[in-house]
Amino acid sequence: MEITLAHYLVLSGVLFSIGLIGVMRRKNLLMLFFATEILLNATNIGFAAIAHYHGDLTGQMFAFFVIAIAASEVAVGLGLLIVWYKRTGKIDLDIMTSMRG
Amino acid sequence: MFEAIAFYLFAALTIAMFTITVMTSQALYALTAMAAGMIFISAFFFILGADFLGVIQIIVYTGAVMALYAFGMMFFDTTRTIVEKRENPRTIFILGVLAATLVVFIFVSPIISTHIEAYYPINAAMGNSETIGLVLFTKFLVPFEVAAVMLLVAMIAGIVLAGKKMDKSLTLMAEEEIALMSATQAKSETEEGAH
Repeated sequence: MEITLAHYLVLSGVLFSIGLIGVMRRKNLLMLFFATEILLNATNIGFAAIAHYHGDLTGQMFAFFVIAIAASEVAVGLGLLIVWYKRTGKIDLDIMTSMRG
Repeated sequence: MFEAIAFYLFAALTIAMFTITVMTSQALYALTAMAAGMIFISAFFFILGADFLGVIQIIVYTGAVMALYAFGMMFFDTTRTIVEKRENPRTIFILGVLAATLVVFIFVSPIISTHIEAYYPINAAMGNSETIGLVLFTKFLVPFEVAAVMLLVAMIAGIVLAGKKMDKSLTLMAEEEIALMSATQAKSETEEGAH
């Protein structure tokens, strides 16, 4: 019973697919942000596993930058969401249209 | 043996938590389940010997990001459930499985290619944090600084967006409304000047 790299990659793929299902079925924008966080975390597991099994630090470095990007994405995304909620009172994805083309 | 037990336990827990996050209709349940899932993911980093990454995962995700979400949720009416339209669940399922297979293939493809040489090998003599600090501040210095600038930009954007008077948009208002707003502003300014 030895855990190999394939175990971690399969886990990463499973978590990524859970996040993708969330991205595709959510209409609430806050929940959509949650699903994107799951996507980023799934890739982080893959990076860390590859870094461990190949004895290379580059994967861990990439995971750090992914975390930094996730943090800034949340800050800007929530700011925009608050502005939209103040203006319309809804965070529904389907009504987010101002152009009528 | 213990590694296998830990892996399967945390894999099951993480998958369960993230499934709750994706499937529940309550925003609060989704938030707490995701916070738990993030902590369980840091367990994988500890198993994989990436101690510093695991600590950063706990601090940044369950500390900063979750606090930010909880803070943001105070602004929203989260008790009102938004109806999720289920147009075609079969399409969504097939697309998700396809994309996940693609991701696994992307990850596996460098393993299929025979040997990979480590650019920055993990030094067993030094600790994980020490090695990471050494590599981060020598080899990855420019990306590190760019990431720092990006975080600064995100911070300023967050302050500006969530600040006051951002609920009015000149592009979405009618001409009369803009004229009315500027007139009231000018009036209040002259009143302040009179005092």
